[in-house]
Amino acid sequence: MFIRTVFAALIAVAGSAAVALDDPQTVLQDPMGSGMWNYHQKGLLGDPADIRFDDRVVLRAPDSAEDSLNVPLLVDATAIPDVKRIVISADYGPIPHILTYYPEQAEPKLALRFKIDQATAIRASVETQSGSWHIGSTYIDAAGGGCTAPANAYASDDWEEKLGEVHGRLWSASGRARLVVDHPMDTGLADGIPVFIIQDLSLQTEDGTPLARLELHEPVNEDPAFTFYFDAGALPASVKVMGRDNNGNRIRGVLSEGELN
Amino acid sequence: MLTRRTTLGLLASLPLAPRAFAQARLSYDLTAKPLADGIWMVEGATEYFSMENGGAIVNVTLMKGDSGLILFDTGSSRRYGEALASLARSLDIRGISAVVNTHHHPDHFFGNQIFADRPIHALGGTRQAALDEGEAFADNMYRLLGDWMRGTEVVPPSDVIAGGELALDGRDFLALPLGGHTGADLALMDRRTGTLVAGDLVFYNRAPTTPSADIPRWQQALEALQAEKPALVIPGHGPADPTGASITQTRDYLGWLDGTLRAGARSGLDMVELMETPLPDRFAGMGAQPQEYQRSVAHLFPGIEREELPRGN
Repeated sequence: MFIRTVFAALIAVAGSAAVALDDPQTVLQDPMGSGMWNYHQKGLLGDPADIRFDDRVVLRAPDSAEDSLNVPLLVDATAIPDVKRIVISADYGPIPHILTYYPEQAEPKLALRFKIDQATAIRASVETQSGSWHIGSTYIDAAGGGCTAPANAYASDDWEEKLGEVHGRLWSASGRARLVVDHPMDTGLADGIPVFIIQDLSLQTEDGTPLARLELHEPVNEDPAFTFYFDAGALPASVKVMGRDNNGNRIRGVLSEGELN
Repeated sequence: MLTRRTTLGLLASLPLAPRAFAQARLSYDLTAKPLADGIWMVEGATEYFSMENGGAIVNVTLMKGDSGLILFDTGSSRRYGEALASLARSLDIRGISAVVNTHHHPDHFFGNQIFADRPIHALGGTRQAALDEGEAFADNMYRLLGDWMRGTEVVPPSDVIAGGELALDGRDFLALPLGGHTGADLALMDRRTGTLVAGDLVFYNRAPTTPSADIPRWQQALEALQAEKPALVIPGHGPADPTGASITQTRDYLGWLDGTLRAGARSGLDMVELMETPLPDRFAGMGAQPQEYQRSVAHLFPGIEREELPRGN
């Protein structure tokens, strides 16, 4: 009887110790209650001490993903001062990290599209220059399969010719830059198709000063599409698009306030 | 006194109660509304698929033929097909003699299973699309409708028909092979009454759906339907329409939708911003809005944006 009690006590202690070891140093009350946030707080963000959920980080998205290969999301952290970067992630999915945005001279606000693999909480974790983290969340329902389907590009035989094709424009009066780059963005999870993704993408002035910078991961949609937001009138007459994929292909383009098609 | 037998008896009776409840709840209450001489319509809810409506959101038409009733579209599930078969027998003891699928969307042909021993007519493109996309549709329908879908299997149409004059079970039709809502949309004009079974080329007071849409082609199809001057239009969704206003409304909506998405692309808007755009009053009251508009942004915007934005390299 006594031995059994000791065993039970030992197991209880070991169990609670194990949980304590897994916890991040600052444990938050997840408003989404998704069960995975503690893990990502350590793995994705590096277990920062100065971290909180913050309603000022706004995620706008449909409640449900109509097309699991193209889920639109608009992250708005303009209410947070001195933003250094924004880590956008999905709690559930084979590859949680969607992208990291370094706004540089742009507003800390970004519209993007991504692939979703199942219903999940989506997060935007905003780090300020002083190293404090502010997290916003939303929840998107989905039928799933977005990360494991082959890219649509392979349904046509000219995808290689379109690789790296840039479409886009500036709207100086409203401070917008819109950019679409043709790329299959293969996640490596579809049978027999290795990872093939754009990794870096940035907007620069003609003399190479960075205006805004993105670090992309597998869940970004095929033919990535972004709206960048700047102060009205702050955009130069033309902006260079610079990027690179994991096979060494360079992406080069120029956006301007030119003629619409 | 609680004996072993009474206890077992009580336990055995427990699971019965919820099961009976579930069976009572998941039944379609279909009624056939007489429209013209020998024509009935089963009117669907002007909503999106839900556990509450069981997917009974589609209009189904029944017309008297020589040897039974001709059925236009079969609903969203095996159970719906069964309900249709018994409704048909209450109108004509011989039941369904022939079946038509207007197009390959699941709410229009997932009841086919019940009528698999009769000819099921459709355009060739509809048959092919049902073969190609049917299983993926079924996955999504099971997810949206759960137990309503129990036992439903995808049965594509069996008999391919072309356009022109067509006799089905002794009744004469003009078959119009069109497209735009999907790759192949069949509209049938009943020669006896001038009734047009429009399928989902026409919606009335219910937002048009666009997962397989080609809007310019759809607009041409609507023009062709208007030119036939039907005496009565039975839209795929929404009430029967003796005035042709349903065709005008569908054209107006599609024109507005295309224009709104193009204007959005030309001013640098993102999909989320477009989805949040309020609908004009004349469309805001349609069934399944604003969800259907938001779905349309997801379906159509990526393609439209590529057409509208200039090349940057």
